[in-house]
Amino acid sequence: METLVALDLATTELREVNAALHAPGLSGDFVITHPDGAHNVAVGLNADIRLTIDGHVGYYAAGMNQLAHVTINGNAGTGVAENMMSGTVWVKGSASQSAGATAHGGLLVIEGKAAARCGISMKGVDIVVGGDVGHMSAFMAQAGRLVVRGDAGEALGDSIYEAHIYVRGHVASLGADCIAKEMRAEHHAELESLLAAAGFDDNTADYTRYGSARSLYHFHVDNATAY
Amino acid sequence: MSYLRESATFNRSVIAEIQRAADTGIYDIRGWGAKRPLPHFDDLLFLGASMSRYPLEGYRERCDTDVVLGDRHAKHPLHLDIPVTIAGMSFGALSGPAKEALGRGASAVGTSTTTGDGGMTGEERSQSKYLVYQYLPSRYGMNPDDLRKADAIEVVLGQGAKPGGGGMLLGQKISPRVAAMRTLPEGIDQRSACRHPDWTGPDDLTIKINELREITDWEKPIYVKVGATRTYYDVKLAVHAGADVVVVDGMQGGTAATQEVFIEHVGVPTLAAVPQAVQALQELGVHRRVQLIVSGGIRSGADVAKALALGADAVAIGTAALIALGDNHPRYSAEYEKLGSAAGFFDDFQDGTDPAGISTQDPELASRFDPVEGGRRLANYLRVLTMEAQTIARACGKSHVCHLEPEDLVAVTIEAAAMARVPLAGTDWIPGHDVR
Repeated sequence: METLVALDLATTELREVNAALHAPGLSGDFVITHPDGAHNVAVGLNADIRLTIDGHVGYYAAGMNQLAHVTINGNAGTGVAENMMSGTVWVKGSASQSAGATAHGGLLVIEGKAAARCGISMKGVDIVVGGDVGHMSAFMAQAGRLVVRGDAGEALGDSIYEAHIYVRGHVASLGADCIAKEMRAEHHAELESLLAAAGFDDNTADYTRYGSARSLYHFHVDNATAY
Repeated sequence: MSYLRESATFNRSVIAEIQRAADTGIYDIRGWGAKRPLPHFDDLLFLGASMSRYPLEGYRERCDTDVVLGDRHAKHPLHLDIPVTIAGMSFGALSGPAKEALGRGASAVGTSTTTGDGGMTGEERSQSKYLVYQYLPSRYGMNPDDLRKADAIEVVLGQGAKPGGGGMLLGQKISPRVAAMRTLPEGIDQRSACRHPDWTGPDDLTIKINELREITDWEKPIYVKVGATRTYYDVKLAVHAGADVVVVDGMQGGTAATQEVFIEHVGVPTLAAVPQAVQALQELGVHRRVQLIVSGGIRSGADVAKALALGADAVAIGTAALIALGDNHPRYSAEYEKLGSAAGFFDDFQDGTDPAGISTQDPELASRFDPVEGGRRLANYLRVLTMEAQTIARACGKSHVCHLEPEDLVAVTIEAAAMARVPLAGTDWIPGHDVR
């Protein structure tokens, strides 16, 4: 049985902690203690490991994650799991702005709330937020799925491309080219599996799906006010 | 017949643009950079050595050209053989073979090439000895595996053709491969962001640069590229944020697709930007420690030498590199004319109809372009730029092209003297500055 490797940010430089997590052929379980809001914790991971960060983290925690399963026992600052490619990043608390920005794959779960621009320019990631999301969430979202169990702030899905958004609560306003769409059977199934992956079993009938009206896909005089 | 008098304000091209706008209801989009006349390196001259300075013997005494970029923090700085690099141009804007040719040409002479807004292709990585990977607001194709494969990382805040503007790639060029690399539907007119999605301002950028360093284990130089506007402040903030190299792109810098109004009316000339950047670096005590790359309208070895003399460590070329590859070549005259253009005037890089097969994603047009021949032509051109710069440097008595200095220069116009901060020829007058 593999042992738990503990890395203490109170006594170890961030650079050494990240370098240890970049070691070739890594596997097993790791814990980072005393993150104390540090930025750039556990960025660039590229191994199928389980990592627990025991506390709050600053900007870009688990940024560009590949393969690793990261749990943050606290809140996360700006850009948690930004540009994630695969694996899982699970925030037990809430997340600041730009959570999951530009992420291409993997699953980001935020049990609490997420601030502005959650899922901005997302490119294939799945994001499930237990509470509300702030304004401009899923701005220019290209692909992937965003599930919001609470309310969404203003301008949800502005200039969205092909990402799918599901919101259970109230949407303050929709952004340019983002519209409510019909929940067909495949969408109920998609949403159900996303909720299940994040440990929730909500009634999918309580959700509304949003996506692109695709009216801004070509430059046209009629869209002048939206550019 | 009565005398026809053309209005200087409403001349024929202005009238044509008003008519075009009224016909279509959409702004004009084109490639290339600013076409308006601007004070430029042409307005500077070198003071060759004679009695008060000794020249170096041409062809016999050494005049070195190598440059080290990014040795402030990175474990592996770039050591280039020549101070002329290839600027960022995307696969998408350019065809795959054209990107490959840029890599081939640059590698043949020991310099770097740069990816663009759309990710790194295997062809350009494999053909580029030194490849700079751009980190752009869109993050199209941004991939940590490619980040690790890069020789340097360039955080792009803007470019000279459109400081403050986001990317643009029209549907004609969103081929299946381009669409897949950018995670976009095929054939749409791509809009992309002008601001980075997960940081705002220099303090955030500091953290972002550290993230990129942590991900790549502090191996790679981090560049910060800005379009020339408030260059003095932008360079100071870039250094504050931790840039190893600052890239300043003047308004003559090219683009594959931008609104005409943006290209011609936003930004400042390269000539005006360089002294501002150098002043910022000098005041911070990091001139030559944080290297400066200048781009935007570099065409000849004289331009290279003048940029270096004003304080740049290297230059980057984009438009000139495309011309060297074969863009606007007279052999395609008949086809340019069919497109309503002419060899020497073609700037519709956004259309994907480039007869030279360079700024296109049309497989048939792209297949016309031979990346080996294109690479050879680019290498030739880069060698000429280097030899020309060496010729001037030797004449000024310098054993390295980077030893050229402002003291070697005079200006032939008052505007250039004021911008470049060198005296008007035959005087000791630098308009706007203390007499030296």
